Amino acid sequence: MKEPKELSVRGLTMRFGGLTAVRDFELELARGELVGLIGPNGAGKTTVFNVVTGVYRPTAGSVSAAGVDITGWRPDRVCRQGIARTFQNIRLMKSLSVLDNVIVGHRLRLKSSLPAAILRTPGYVKEEQSMARECLELLDALGLVRYANAPAGGLPYGEQRRVEVARALATRPRVLLLDEPAAGMNPSESMALCQFIQRVRSDFDLTVLLIEHDMSVVMGICERITVLDHGETIASGEPADIQANQRVIEAYLGVGFKNVAAH
Amino acid sequence: MLGVYNPARARLKLLLTFGGLAVLAAAIWWGNANLSSYNLRILNLAGINAILAVSMNLIFGFTGLFSLGHAGFMAVGAYTCALLTLPVATKDSIFLLAPLAWPFSVITLPPIAAVVCAGATAGLMAYLTGFPVLRLRGDYLGIATLGFAEIIRVVANNIPSITNGALGLKGIPSFASNLWWTWGCVGITVFVISRLVNSVYGRSLLAVREDEVAAEIMGVNRTYHKTVAYVIGSFFAGVGGALMGSLVTTIDPKTFGFTLTFNILIIVVAGGLGSITGSVLTSVIYTVLLEALRPIEASWRIGPLRVPEIPGLRMVVFSLVLLVIILFYQRGLFGGREFSWDRVLDWIDRRRSRKQGVRA
Ligand SMILES: Nc1ncnc2c1ncn2[C@@H]1O[C@H](COP(=O)(O)OP(=O)(O)OP(=O)(O)O)[C@@H](O)[C@H]1O
Ligand SMILES: [Mg+2]
Repeated sequence: MKEPKELSVRGLTMRFGGLTAVRDFELELARGELVGLIGPNGAGKTTVFNVVTGVYRPTAGSVSAAGVDITGWRPDRVCRQGIARTFQNIRLMKSLSVLDNVIVGHRLRLKSSLPAAILRTPGYVKEEQSMARECLELLDALGLVRYANAPAGGLPYGEQRRVEVARALATRPRVLLLDEPAAGMNPSESMALCQFIQRVRSDFDLTVLLIEHDMSVVMGICERITVLDHGETIASGEPADIQANQRVIEAYLGVGFKNVAAH
Repeated sequence: MLGVYNPARARLKLLLTFGGLAVLAAAIWWGNANLSSYNLRILNLAGINAILAVSMNLIFGFTGLFSLGHAGFMAVGAYTCALLTLPVATKDSIFLLAPLAWPFSVITLPPIAAVVCAGATAGLMAYLTGFPVLRLRGDYLGIATLGFAEIIRVVANNIPSITNGALGLKGIPSFASNLWWTWGCVGITVFVISRLVNSVYGRSLLAVREDEVAAEIMGVNRTYHKTVAYVIGSFFAGVGGALMGSLVTTIDPKTFGFTLTFNILIIVVAGGLGSITGSVLTSVIYTVLLEALRPIEASWRIGPLRVPEIPGLRMVVFSLVLLVIILFYQRGLFGGREFSWDRVLDWIDRRRSRKQGVRA
């Protein structure tokens, strides 16, 4: 039998009142893939993420992860099913330290009960220690360990984005959803980010879905791309085909897609 | 902060903690024996306020639930404890409107059991009301919990067979006029709540406060965590209410009005949201100052001039003090910081190395 897809979205429609943000969206991610989701502002990209992670319940359609139907599940249960994400506008717990942020992500594997935590039983203390150690190792692997005790809100913007990735990775996901990780970065920072994403994917054995406006990032690292415009899927395929696709070019007219594509 | 473990320092801290507790115990022992009953009463009240403030801080400061139901849970605790500790003979003599309902009419429990029951009843009440109420956010939660506290008062007024209605309960055994009782409960409250907020569960409470959507997407079950904070906080509000009832020995529905919640809120905000140390110290300062300022409400003379008595002037003064604190220390006197031996030891280390640096 075929291995189920890591993530599969079928016939997804999301309406807000009279506005259809996403219509009949389809997506399948096989294990280890790195797929891009692009489209002009307001196309519905973030909405797809919000539905997949359980922030919104879809108007129609279904989402399943590794063969389990997770449509309409609560976000924390979706997370336990192996789906983690970052946010377009960084959403760290600003006054908590970087380490604590990561520990919150790691938290879902805590086995000790609440009374054990309050009484600090030996079992709990051991779990807490190993949790802190694992989180520090994770920060070390991502080059963030020097910020471990700093409040997350005080870090430079680019580093905050990495901490968000670290926090997502601490949940040990199978699928990682990244919402415009390169937003606000200059070209050399974007380059570094591309390498970072690829490294993380192979080191952590992940499947990645990436929303990005920066075409050089998307075209450079994605193996497949799906293009949304006004909630409709207007194209889907390999980067070269997408670059040549007439509807995509039209949708991006005025955003300078041709110029980017011509690079 | 969860972090790396240093065994030598851990041993030293344990020693200091025991030393500190021994000093406190000696102070309580001395105070019980030597202080006037007036001064004892103030210190007992300070302890009770500390219990209430720390428990409200868990709900509002650490978890970010703007709940205004504290007085309601205190009432539940106070009535439960009073009904369980009053001697049967006293109960017979005060329930004039309607006979007291079974089983309260026949049982009398020792204070410890009664206080635990008081906390548990308040906690259960929080659990039941939390289910619908904790879905609300911000101001809506405040209004709903405030309404809940008022409902408790109205109910207390209207079930004479349990609460004795507007007449209230009199002659409640006054075990809480002993410093061991009040400050022992402060110790337990601080122990449980500080252990909770410093655990991994506590990190999740803070995460819910900072950004509940992001926390949930990181796998934190937000309803569970909010409920935990609300129930544990209300448990200790019930304990505080029980002790308050025992200290004043007379309670009726009017005892537990919104002003009570408001006073605790002042303490929590002035001491610093998310600082247990701040809540405890501010409770003591607040309670003592409130007594010390009592004379300003009386009428006094300046030379030939006679100032009439002004009831409520103390609250005006406190509101002004709170304003000044908020202006100068936005995050309260302690701004989310805590006392810890690590802080003290680090400070001593720094001073020592600075001195040596100067000498070299
Ligand atoms: N909670 C909501 N309520 C109402 N409308 C919404 C909501 N969330 C999104 N929308 C609308 O849905 C449409 C798609 O928004 P979405 O955020 O998914 O776009 P996007 O592709 O991520 O755009 P951007 O590139 O600007 O991030 C927009 O018109 C937006 O206003
Ligand atoms: Mg978006």
